[in-house]
Amino acid sequence: MKWLLIGIIVAATSLGEVLQAIGMRRHGEIRDFRPSALGRAASVLTRNWPVIASVVAMGVSFFAFVGLLSFTDLSFAVPVTAVTFAIETVLAKYVLKERVNWLRWVGAGVVVCGVVLVSL
Amino acid sequence: MTSDTARLHSKTWACSAVVVLANVFGDFSLKRGMPGELSSPLSYITVLFRPWVALGVTLLVVWLLSRMTLLSWADLSYVLPVTSISYVLVALAGRWFLDERITRLRWAGILLIVAGVALVGGGSAPQTFGGQSGEQS
Repeated sequence: MKWLLIGIIVAATSLGEVLQAIGMRRHGEIRDFRPSALGRAASVLTRNWPVIASVVAMGVSFFAFVGLLSFTDLSFAVPVTAVTFAIETVLAKYVLKERVNWLRWVGAGVVVCGVVLVSL
Repeated sequence: MTSDTARLHSKTWACSAVVVLANVFGDFSLKRGMPGELSSPLSYITVLFRPWVALGVTLLVVWLLSRMTLLSWADLSYVLPVTSISYVLVALAGRWFLDERITRLRWAGILLIVAGVALVGGGSAPQTFGGQSGEQS
């Protein structure tokens, strides 16, 4: 049950966060932080399908996380789901076509090692 | 161009701080209000009405929105490591406020996470995908 929930969280979070990045890139940089401008941005985003799909995926991930938290430590549940980190850096490179330089790869790798230690 | 880069950097740091704090306190509140066991599918819904859980959900909505804002200009491969400092802060919150035991192995892992975050957040530009503003690295 524990690992099933972790699997659901990892899959849904990776998918959701990459879709979120695709949708927000399509929207463009938010430069105006006045409430009215933020409201306009929000209403534009309701017609941005990757953003909508990402919210659905994050919702799935949220309920699985709630289930996991009900019987594990916070300091276990949060780090163990950071496996998404490795998956998402790869997706950033190949799906989002970001230029991931060697420093970012090393940083991501070091973080993953840390996450593994935390979850042992 | 230089002032534009500086503006992008300070905006990035401010927004990252909101993302991290909302995430940490959101997760903490969620755990604080969670009962020991969720027995039925219905309890997944009713649990949302507990005050701590409701606060946690609110903070996680703030987290989602601030993260979306940040991703509107910054690379995902930049945002991921920079905001992963929240893994450390969550562990500390568990230790201090929830009396969770953190082994030496876990602390070692936490230190590695900090090191990885420093590597990525320290030098690189937040944006490489070629928007109108920001430095190309």
